[in-house]
Amino acid sequence: MSSGIISAAYIAASILFILSLGGLSNQESAQRGNLFGIAGMALAIGATLIGGTPVSYALVIALMAVGGAVGGFVAARVEMTAMPQLVAMLHSFVGLAAVLVGFASYLDPAGHFVGAEKTIHDVEIFLGILIGAITLTGSVAAFGKLQGILTSRPVLIPGRHILNLAIAAACAWLGYCFVGADSINGGIWPLLAMTILALIFGIHMVLAIGGADMPVVISMLNSYSGWAAAATGFMLANDLLIVTGALVGSSGAILSYIMCRAMNRRFISVILGGFGTPEANSGTIETGGETAAVSASETAELLTSAKTVVIVPGYGMAVAHAQHPVSELVDALKTRGVTARFAIHPVAGRMPGHMNVLLAEAKVPYDSVLEMDEINRDFPTTDVVLVIGANDIVNPAAQEVPDSPIAGMPVLEVWKAATTIVLKRSMATGYAGVDNPLFYRENTRMLFGDAKQSISEVLSAL
Amino acid sequence: MIIGIPSESALGEKRVAIAPETIPRIIGLGFAVQIQSGAAEAAGFTDDEYLAGGATVAGSKEALWDTSDIIVKIRAPGQTSLDQASAEIALLKHGKTLICLIGPGQNPLLLDLLSNAGVTTLAMDAVPRISRAQKLDTLSSMANIAGYRAVIEAANHFGRFFTGQITAAGKIPPAKVLIIGAGVAGLAAIGAASAMGAIVRAFDTRPEAKEQVESMGAEFLMLDFEEDGSGQGGYAKIMSEEFIAAEMQLFADQALEVDIIITTALIPGKPAPKLIIADTARSMKAGSVIVDLAAEQGGNCELTRPGEAALIDGITVIGYTDFPSRMAAQSSLLYGNNVTHLLTDLCPEKDGQINVDMNDEVIRGMTVVKDTKITWPPPPPRLSAVPKAPPASVGESSAHLEGAPKKSTAPTLIALASVVGLILGLGVVAPPSFMGHFTVFVLAIFVGWQVVWNVTPALHTPLMSVTNAISGIIVIGSLLQMGSDSRIVMFLAALALLVASINVFGGFWVTQRMLRMFRRES
Repeated sequence: MSSGIISAAYIAASILFILSLGGLSNQESAQRGNLFGIAGMALAIGATLIGGTPVSYALVIALMAVGGAVGGFVAARVEMTAMPQLVAMLHSFVGLAAVLVGFASYLDPAGHFVGAEKTIHDVEIFLGILIGAITLTGSVAAFGKLQGILTSRPVLIPGRHILNLAIAAACAWLGYCFVGADSINGGIWPLLAMTILALIFGIHMVLAIGGADMPVVISMLNSYSGWAAAATGFMLANDLLIVTGALVGSSGAILSYIMCRAMNRRFISVILGGFGTPEANSGTIETGGETAAVSASETAELLTSAKTVVIVPGYGMAVAHAQHPVSELVDALKTRGVTARFAIHPVAGRMPGHMNVLLAEAKVPYDSVLEMDEINRDFPTTDVVLVIGANDIVNPAAQEVPDSPIAGMPVLEVWKAATTIVLKRSMATGYAGVDNPLFYRENTRMLFGDAKQSISEVLSAL
Repeated sequence: MIIGIPSESALGEKRVAIAPETIPRIIGLGFAVQIQSGAAEAAGFTDDEYLAGGATVAGSKEALWDTSDIIVKIRAPGQTSLDQASAEIALLKHGKTLICLIGPGQNPLLLDLLSNAGVTTLAMDAVPRISRAQKLDTLSSMANIAGYRAVIEAANHFGRFFTGQITAAGKIPPAKVLIIGAGVAGLAAIGAASAMGAIVRAFDTRPEAKEQVESMGAEFLMLDFEEDGSGQGGYAKIMSEEFIAAEMQLFADQALEVDIIITTALIPGKPAPKLIIADTARSMKAGSVIVDLAAEQGGNCELTRPGEAALIDGITVIGYTDFPSRMAAQSSLLYGNNVTHLLTDLCPEKDGQINVDMNDEVIRGMTVVKDTKITWPPPPPRLSAVPKAPPASVGESSAHLEGAPKKSTAPTLIALASVVGLILGLGVVAPPSFMGHFTVFVLAIFVGWQVVWNVTPALHTPLMSVTNAISGIIVIGSLLQMGSDSRIVMFLAALALLVASINVFGGFWVTQRMLRMFRRES
């Protein structure tokens, strides 16, 4: 097959990928978007196989079948609450593949370049492996944190900034050695050393970031996996890889930006880690006062006597797997003529859009799930707000206490509702380590206990 | 410990200290509860309801007082005479505990009797005015009921509708109600009167009451006069003579217009201020109603006769002193809830034993007799733990937030300039083939940037999984390399193919699974 047709297939695949992302702009077109993505991928692989270099089809099909079976098995089985882990794991595979392809490209005797082209090719390999390695171990560490294998608190090694700088300097020096090397034997050692350093850096970077910053970390790793693919495209001079990598890279970058804005934090300060450490706590205020506890049956009464109810889910709902009882509760309220809706903060949960997926799983129609900007103006006319396992995203201190660590963070203004009921396991502070004055408000009631159990009790009391 | 609920001995008192609904919560704290047979009859509860809640019934007054460790009442022992008080106190043995309204400021002799008897006494009407004590503030819960009932009584004696109507028979104007004093009772009255459709106006000497009044749907009457009437603990204080003259004039003017006046003005420890003089009251339209919630402290209206509803020159003046008792079932429930919150604080271990912890600000404030010592009055309350936010700081914070983006303009420009410089630099040294790929790369970033901003936040998770799947495009790279002659290259490429395939299949599959879940309201 002529290379012209392959190029045409690649252009078609690129367009299909762009349409795939565009399809996600709303729920109606989303499934079609995913099918575009699948079509683009099939086209790209098919064109490469038919028109590419001599390959053993049997081997390729066998490998893809094994990989596909593993991927399909995991994808079919994963629980929606575990989506962040799955996404992190998939990121690590892209990172690993980028590292492998990078090494293969360097060792490939077919590729011979001279002069500026060789330098550029070497730089491309070097960057591709660097980004791939960071993505690989960073994603593995993120997976560990999300799965609960590693602690979700930030792990702060003394002098970590100096360590990071040292790694960066060492990588730069190794890169200089690598590009300057005359032979493959001379270049492989700096490349291997850099890979090991990048692997260490990936783990170290993510370990220092706490659990609730995971939405940023996951989006960032998403972005990195795209850049790694783009770098691979450069080293193989393949425009399809470059386009796809750039699409994914900018998508992840946008998500990271949205997440950071939703926490009113700078990207760099999230990546450097250590939020919620003692020095960040100096700005907390004493929020005295006592909380008023409420029972499940009283909650049920409050809910049934309300006209409008807004439910604010947080990570606690995911932990307690409470999305199904919550959905039943909403259905029960709707049959009683109560208007019940959901309010989702951009950083609720452990990855962007986490809560939406959980609610969708529990068959909550998406048109009753609203974003922060849509719902905030409705709180003053809301009778009851039910906060399920959320803390920092409903903290009035963000607006009222100028020196609070979370000052300026956009929050859901639940305290403007007539009554707010907070479901919580204990009085522990949220991720930011900031006490929440909401709990001491006169119109706030606390329903202590496991979210799933509490909601079930409320349901049976209805 | 056993908690006893005796019959109220005061004349006309219909309430009972704890309603049957509340009994299981008290038993949940580890206490046993007994009630004197028939004690709750006047409030509309039967002994059987208490038995059903887990309480026992004591046959006689003596049996109940004798066997209970804690006596929970509403009125202080004996309201009519000290003789009767001592008779009830004689039933209380040394070391027992009494929880009821005491009026410690007005009843020093009662405190003497209680301390001589060695009865630890907690006064439900001496709850400190701090936010965490609100759940046991029975004065507030009773005032709420009194305010509501005042409107009901007024409506009962007012021979017209509250709400305006236009009927086939003719137009009916809405009633106009003036409420003086916007404390708990005043606000409850505003709420009840507005709900019934009346036009409600309210007056209070404390400027902060304006917002609360307006939030309840009433008009706040302003005096053209600068003086803040806020006293300690959220109560009102005595105002200057000029102020009083101005407000009396306001009431005299209003009396000509309104149909109903409800007065709730009280100053702690002082007789009620006389706000509606006889002339003002008489100037009202015939058929008008005045409800004086301050009758027990002498009344806000000069015509008030405490304890009765009198028709004076066509104006009904209601001076009942027992509004909460007239809604005995409701008051008993709320009073009992207040007591239960107190018991919860007294018994943190939930083991049925009380601990009168004199280091606890709330319990210290309420304890008027501890063993044989009179502990009234308590030391002055500490300032509320939540400081008032100074208004200036709000301005500061917004200024601070507005200031932030301005600062970041310069770094953005520098970053942009350096990116442009970098690209130009690349163009100088890089070969044309690279620049071709680079153009594609930069354009793809911009396309991605434009497309992804349109993605709805609800689909951010599917966005991540689908980008995951398409970044599996790296399989193309490994496919291209698998044709290599070098075994190691082929091995690495095969491994990459395997791993990236997991991504491609897993990513698309899980995205499809998720997207299928999103559904519209059917």
